[in-house]
Amino acid sequence: MAKRDVPEINAGSMADIAFLLLIFFLVTTTMDVDTGISRKLPEKQPEDAPEPPKLKEKNVFIVTVNRNNDILVEGETFMTVDKIREEAIKFIDNGGGLGNPINGAEPAECDWCEGAKDPASSDHPNKAIISLESDRGTSYGTYISVQNELVGAYTDLRNRLSKKMYGISYEQLLKDSNNNPSNETLKEQVNLIKEKYPQIISEAEPTK
Amino acid sequence: MPGISTASLPDIVFMLLFFFMVTTVMRETELKIKKPQLPKATEIKKLERKSLVSYIYVGKVEGQNGDKIQLNDRLADIKDVKYFIFAERETHSEDEIPLLTTSIKADIKSNVGTITDIKEELRNINALKINYSTLKGDIADNIK
Repeated sequence: MAKRDVPEINAGSMADIAFLLLIFFLVTTTMDVDTGISRKLPEKQPEDAPEPPKLKEKNVFIVTVNRNNDILVEGETFMTVDKIREEAIKFIDNGGGLGNPINGAEPAECDWCEGAKDPASSDHPNKAIISLESDRGTSYGTYISVQNELVGAYTDLRNRLSKKMYGISYEQLLKDSNNNPSNETLKEQVNLIKEKYPQIISEAEPTK
Repeated sequence: MPGISTASLPDIVFMLLFFFMVTTVMRETELKIKKPQLPKATEIKKLERKSLVSYIYVGKVEGQNGDKIQLNDRLADIKDVKYFIFAERETHSEDEIPLLTTSIKADIKSNVGTITDIKEELRNINALKINYSTLKGDIADNIK
């Protein structure tokens, strides 16, 4: 009996089928990365908690956004969103007095600040508190814009300090540190910068 | 002139196909509210480890006044937020609970009051890590 050839299956259309599937998945894929402004909410205080220590007024930078989305800084100056960053930097970086003790050391002046050293403004970056007050009727868009600018003020200051100390920006430093989690020096550098300009933003409960 | 051999084309296409099949996430929640127009910001961080993130949507519903909250795939009341978080916690192990993040996806026209109510609920049950979901962009677009 003559040996019969086994007919091969024609695979020519395989590519077409695969393409069809490929296009389907291409279209349905959503590659959205979730981004946003991260915040840590303050812990709920028990009812019988002692009164929090009074803060000096000069160490608090109050930004108020009212229901008409007007922005009021320190209760007196109306401001547009793009001016807030500058004002916040001036306030945080003022360095007019002694800071909170770091690691049990004596309270010291801020020797990395480049601000005006105005005694009527904040003492030290680790004492400077930014308080963001809002109204229930404030629009979320404005609220986020202001938050963004306040976080941006800290980022700018950290970048500046990091450039001065290590020659690269803080953002780059943070990226490097995340890419090499085992590198202790980078981690230390990041923490040092964070400690010198700690981000203290308080979101006050809105007025009714 | 000999034609270029296309025999390996299916292999290449299959490789791409598998890549997309693996990376595809089918949208698991259907939006009941109008798709929120997220605010834009520049100082943003990427959310790592999506399995640890629970989402709260805030936006408007066609023909109704006021902000509505959506948890999973249904509209909910502010009081349901805590049960939603408890349910999320159930699905994670004990040591992952402090890492759980709540992402608030709110429309730029929402009221801050609604967001504050959510934050207050989250504080009550000690879910302190939150993220205001934003897109990358110019903040000037938020105010219009």
